[in-house]
Amino acid sequence: MKFTDEHHALYKTVKEFGENEIKPFSEEWEKAGIYPAHEIFKKMGDLDLLGITKDPKYGGTGLDYSFSVVFAEALGHACNASAIMSIGVQTDMATPALDKYGSDLIKKEFLAPSISGDYVAALAVSEPNSGSDVASIKTSAKKDGDDYIINGQKMWITNATQADYFCVLVNTSNDSVHHNKSLIVVPSNTPGLSVGDKIDKIGMRASDTAPVYFDNVRVPQAYRIGEEGAGFTMQMKQFQEERLFLTASTLIAMENCIKDTIEYCTERKAFGKSILDNQVIHFRLAELQTELEALRALTYKACDRFVDGKDVTMLASMAKLKSGRLIREVTDSCLQYWGGMGFTTENPVSQQYRDGRLQSIGGGTDEIMLQIICKHMDTLPKK
Amino acid sequence: MKIAVLTKAIPSYESSIRIDSSSTWIDESVVNFVVNESDSYALEEALQIKEKLDNGSEVVVVTMGSQDNTSKVLKDGLAKGADRAIFIQNEDSNTDPLSIAKLFSQNLKDENFDLVFSGLQSDDLGSGQTGVLIGELLGMSTATLGIETDIQDGKIKIKRELESGWFQWVTLPFPASVSIQSGINEPRYPSLKGIMGAKRKESKVIDGQLSDDPKQNFINLFVPKTEKATEKIEGDVDGIVAKLMDILKNKLRVIS
Repeated sequence: MKFTDEHHALYKTVKEFGENEIKPFSEEWEKAGIYPAHEIFKKMGDLDLLGITKDPKYGGTGLDYSFSVVFAEALGHACNASAIMSIGVQTDMATPALDKYGSDLIKKEFLAPSISGDYVAALAVSEPNSGSDVASIKTSAKKDGDDYIINGQKMWITNATQADYFCVLVNTSNDSVHHNKSLIVVPSNTPGLSVGDKIDKIGMRASDTAPVYFDNVRVPQAYRIGEEGAGFTMQMKQFQEERLFLTASTLIAMENCIKDTIEYCTERKAFGKSILDNQVIHFRLAELQTELEALRALTYKACDRFVDGKDVTMLASMAKLKSGRLIREVTDSCLQYWGGMGFTTENPVSQQYRDGRLQSIGGGTDEIMLQIICKHMDTLPKK
Repeated sequence: MKIAVLTKAIPSYESSIRIDSSSTWIDESVVNFVVNESDSYALEEALQIKEKLDNGSEVVVVTMGSQDNTSKVLKDGLAKGADRAIFIQNEDSNTDPLSIAKLFSQNLKDENFDLVFSGLQSDDLGSGQTGVLIGELLGMSTATLGIETDIQDGKIKIKRELESGWFQWVTLPFPASVSIQSGINEPRYPSLKGIMGAKRKESKVIDGQLSDDPKQNFINLFVPKTEKATEKIEGDVDGIVAKLMDILKNKLRVIS
């Protein structure tokens, strides 16, 4: 990736925003189990940060995806993975398909206020029995006049309790599982839609995650994104951006974890010397930093190809897989060097240890990433 | 109203600073330059005045230095909302405030600014003189340590911060040069559209030459040596007390 002055300036704005508007409140939000998404999004919308690649007609800036990767990476300085993930849902998970395939009507009604920060968006794909296996979802939308009637249940929905609308993947026909799905925008105040209790999680505690129930929810067919039956394909394409965002947004968290650990290990004395002076520790930290730089290079490569209009499903899946595994390695190794302090809840390394664990699960598990990579390598067992 | 905001690129606090081989300046090649803190407040104040007046006023960021160090500073100002920029290109290491103020004044004179805002002082050298000297050289009314401004009836009211919690309101006729204290407002972040639009704004480059007869020079820069030494005072009690008093009064000067 070639960084221009504008990339650097965007990085600076996002870094300073994260350091001033998110980081100082992180502890309070973690304890509260939620963060003020509307307040933060409005501030970000005012800075044009929620529509970096989006259509300028609806308030976006229409830049290429390299700016989104810079945005995601710089967000790491906010040091609160919950808020970062929630912002990513807004910018790179729930809205890319709406931006690319949505009609003027739904772009005006939902995309524009998402870019300005007036609306909080959520993506509703997973279900209690369909997480990784997206094709097997059961939530359905039946036509009734000019409307759809939606029934079903979605699970693990980030931003659920604060969302103004959901971008929902549903079955709209009895065709094959890859051709029977549509993405439909459903306002959260639609009768029949209800949001369950927040799910108590081991990490990402400031992020509101909840199930969403659809009981004869009636929405106009005009709220469908793109062609009927194209939902699965659109969602798969949308996953590329989701996975690139998720990867880029963890780079600084890992870097900070290594830096904080170097600092701690320098100060911490045992047997008459800094524990950093033990080769097992400084070598290990060097290994982790090397892995991190390799992941950064992979992320940038995937981004470059994406900007060139190429399909990066495999590279984005590789980056996502590697980031999930590496953040677990980095936080686990670093936490070990913090000793007893690492096992307490109030230090950045242990929070990253808990938050980072989701990276191998959310946005597609490691196993699904491996399956996608194998498919592209043509190494899956032949039927 | 035309408002000039003087901004300076200074070494970032996060940079690892080392003295160069001449021992009269720092090695700039390893330093990241950022906007001087109090200049950010001066720019914000200017932008707020412009927005409040809403009469087509103009805010111009002005800086001096080398292209490498200052380009980000100017772009930052333009991205935040300044209308145009003036860059006085100068590679000289002369840090004499009077020479600098003269160079600014020569190049700003024809612009006929109503207001010149500067930060209270630069965080690297801390002279706090440029704004005041420019005011004098351009025949402007001048105030320092501004913590609040109010434009009314063709004049600017400035609340000045004095010592011991005292404040002073002064009213200055235009044109005026005012140095702004840090913390008086909340400097905005550059928006993405502001960042992308900055490159399309006018940025005037002027080659500037500082005086070859500066009134102030750096002779030698050095890192203070830290030494640990224990002085043992021996003798009878009266002698020890007398000796200790002498050290406190005359050597350490912590009592009088």
